[in-house]
Amino acid sequence: MPKLDSSIPKNMQLKSSVTPATPRTTGARGRWWQGVGTSVMWWCLSLGLFIGIWELVTALGWVNTLILPPPHEFIAEIGNQEQFLAPRIGVERTGGNFVLLTAIVATLKRVVAGLILGFIAAIGVGGLACYFKIFGKLTLPVITLLAPIAPIAWIPFAIMAFGIGDSAAIFVVFIGIFFLLTLATVNAINNVNQLYINTARVLGASRRQVMFKVILPAVIPDLFFILRINFFAAWMAVLAAEMVGVNTGLGAIVMVGRQMFNAKLMFLGMAVIGVVGYLLDVGFRQLQQRVLWWKGSAQI
Amino acid sequence: MSEIVCDRISKIWNPDTNEANLAIDDISFSVEPGEFLVIIGPSGCGKSTLLSMIAGLDTPTSGAIRFRDDVITEPSPHRSMIFQQASLFPWLSVIENVAFGLSLQGLGKRERQQRAKEYLQQVGLLKSANRYPHQLSGGMQQRACIARALCLGTDVLLMDEPFAALDVQTRHQMQKFLLDIWQGTGKTVIFVTHHIDEAVYLADRVLILTANPGRTLAMVPVDMPRPRDMMSKGFDYHRNLFIEHLRSEVVKAFEEQELAEMFDTRIK
Ligand SMILES: Nc1ncnc2c1ncn2[C@@H]1O[C@H](COP(=O)(O)OP(=O)(O)OP(=O)(O)O)[C@@H](O)[C@H]1O
Ligand SMILES: [Mg+2]
Repeated sequence: MPKLDSSIPKNMQLKSSVTPATPRTTGARGRWWQGVGTSVMWWCLSLGLFIGIWELVTALGWVNTLILPPPHEFIAEIGNQEQFLAPRIGVERTGGNFVLLTAIVATLKRVVAGLILGFIAAIGVGGLACYFKIFGKLTLPVITLLAPIAPIAWIPFAIMAFGIGDSAAIFVVFIGIFFLLTLATVNAINNVNQLYINTARVLGASRRQVMFKVILPAVIPDLFFILRINFFAAWMAVLAAEMVGVNTGLGAIVMVGRQMFNAKLMFLGMAVIGVVGYLLDVGFRQLQQRVLWWKGSAQI
Repeated sequence: MSEIVCDRISKIWNPDTNEANLAIDDISFSVEPGEFLVIIGPSGCGKSTLLSMIAGLDTPTSGAIRFRDDVITEPSPHRSMIFQQASLFPWLSVIENVAFGLSLQGLGKRERQQRAKEYLQQVGLLKSANRYPHQLSGGMQQRACIARALCLGTDVLLMDEPFAALDVQTRHQMQKFLLDIWQGTGKTVIFVTHHIDEAVYLADRVLILTANPGRTLAMVPVDMPRPRDMMSKGFDYHRNLFIEHLRSEVVKAFEEQELAEMFDTRIK
């Protein structure tokens, strides 16, 4: 045996010695944990590297720390939340240590409210446009023209119409996804497998029942996917609105940082925006899998 | 009184356009209650078209189809269609799929699931009641579709090549299973296939259609006791009879397609 081995090139020897080990894995569960383990490791490495270089660059004095403060400094600002209130930006008074939390809640509230309203309204209007053909013919051309207007472009109008407050921000999110999602709804409805519709009709479904019991469940997963993709646009729109007019929330904190020439505050706000946005997307993905319970996880 | 009567029906797809296509041309036949009629014909001869008109999903361009003397204008739970691809709703569990027709009639969850269970038992799927369609095999899915139709108390089962997507063994099991159901319930069945053995194995009578457009080529009774032995002389006789009938038609259909393709490529 050893003789044979030595005649095989080095790299192939390596492979053959690795392969027999793989079959005795610890089953699906173990493999899943392993997967989580490695991905957590890469996350930590990547983040560590990024922060490390940043800290190094500032420690060496290559950049002006007034403009680009090192991470440990601006993260420490969390303990110093009173300053978020400094120029009286209207953050609710909840005691010094919860100001940041209030800002997060304010932003989340706007995004979620806008998304839910937009989702429901888009499915409603899209459904009506397909159900009543005339209604569709009257509305869809206009919607098609309004859809490409970026959510951010609606901010000035929203502030003019609703003043500076929750409703302006919610409106921006709503309008940012409503048109696109309405078009997507119409498209998804037109693509529902005719087989399902025929099946339901043969089983005695009325037109309304086909709509609610077949078409709606068939399109919701698609629409949810599109909602998730458009979520980031809505998220950015709210932050932008908070910077330019709606004077509360995470966007406002960043803006206050700039106004006070406090880069630490600015970067803290940006970091929180990043983390919260990421967590929201993770939450969305979880929710999407719930909505898609009937598809094998491989298909998602 | 006949269960289904097709009275000189024709179907033109996209009439009044330059894509007008005569799919069914002047077909008449009737089906008796409890009869097992099989329709065979070359691909594209209009079998599916015919069946979907009997289901009420489409209307004939001329002529009339009657169900117990009432002209068919729309689908009804009296006539249930089983499609080639299993058509269970993927977002519903198997039992809710079977109970779907009952839920349309507004039956409460407890009641309809109870009734669905009876039929799941009948098709041997009780154990899979709470699974989802993607967790079932193709044969199991088709059985669930049959249970769904039976659950509504349907009178006529319209089956459009329901076993075509199954492997040979499953297919034969499903044929036996269907005969059992049919003999046990006395439903009327109209069954489309282009599998000749399947036709001989199942049918009381076989309607053979011509290639494009579909016309009646022959209506042949299969007078053999069931269960039928595929090796028997009678079986062989019918098999050869149908092959002979179909050969000329298949050749014709094929030639037409080839001609059309040649024509297409020349234009390009
Ligand atoms: N919805 C439709 N619109 C237009 N033409 C159609 C439509 N459905 C079928 N046809 C045409 O009608 C003819 C008959 O089609 P049909 O599907 O009924 O054939 P078939 O006998 O079921 O064929 P196969 O054995 O391949 O399933 C074909 O020429 C087809 O192109
Ligand atoms: Mg067909």
